[in-house]
Amino acid sequence: MWKWLHPYAKPERAYQLCVTLQPYFLWPGILCLVAGSIWGLAFAPQDYQQGDSFRIIYIHVPSAILSMSTYVAMAVAALVGIVWQWRTAFMAMIAMAPIGAVVTFIALFTGAAWGKPMWGTWWVWDARLTSELILLFLYLGVIALYGAFEDKQQAGKAAGVMALVGVVNVPIIHYSVEWWNTLHQGATISKFDKPSIAPEMLWPLLIALLGLALFIAAVTVMRMKNEIIRREYHRPWVKDLAARALGDDHAV
Amino acid sequence: MQFDSLQGFLAMGGYALYVWLSFGVSLLALLWVVVDSASTHKKLLRNAREEQARQARIAAARKAQALQSESQQTGS
Repeated sequence: MWKWLHPYAKPERAYQLCVTLQPYFLWPGILCLVAGSIWGLAFAPQDYQQGDSFRIIYIHVPSAILSMSTYVAMAVAALVGIVWQWRTAFMAMIAMAPIGAVVTFIALFTGAAWGKPMWGTWWVWDARLTSELILLFLYLGVIALYGAFEDKQQAGKAAGVMALVGVVNVPIIHYSVEWWNTLHQGATISKFDKPSIAPEMLWPLLIALLGLALFIAAVTVMRMKNEIIRREYHRPWVKDLAARALGDDHAV
Repeated sequence: MQFDSLQGFLAMGGYALYVWLSFGVSLLALLWVVVDSASTHKKLLRNAREEQARQARIAAARKAQALQSESQQTGS
């Protein structure tokens, strides 16, 4: 396992891996997102209490679940970077932070737009909403801290420690609806029991979830490529790459 | 299909504002990340190429200077 994994700690190999993976993540991801949205918007049955407003679920729930999963993935990358001193692990960490922040923003925004017609308010300071907002701040904190250091190995360590400490927030978000009395409803899908939702509503939701997961992976891989180039600026292989990608006129 | 007409679909049972706002903003946000990542990629490659060309020019100029001073020394 280690022998197989180790070459990918080398930036050039990691870059090649990203190039290979990107189309397999991006296009199926977009396809599933579109399919899940159309199915959810037009074909899934109406909710008997919430009418058509419940259709927001098809972005709200996938983005909320994946905002936490992405955070955990980012923290794992940070741990690998800190323990084994892998430069590429820190690059993966900082590649995931922006898309994680965007997905968290989407979860919060769609939640507000769903809360307005159903609860009568865009925002309440209840446990679920507040802890999810803290998740957004953690992502932004990791990005800002990473950007504050000139030396990117130092930056990776500092931001990595912050990412690791922030992991404590993830179970708080998940269990907030059980631990506290919240306006937010309890879990319907992510629980160790049969999901309490009709299958014709559940399927498009699962497809949208898969689509968003693949999309996040695709963006991570895209940004990982950028981080590698940023750190390998002066290497010959980057020069060759630039020459090929830009259709070079004054290359050697 | 849950809706009888396109109007019905767009109206979303009276929740048009909230549903389309959610889907619209999400689409824009996701689109923005991809466009930002792709344009940064282009910019980085261009910068890398310029930087390496600059380094090559500096190296060439240094070499020329060294040759010149060498020939001056042997000439005098």
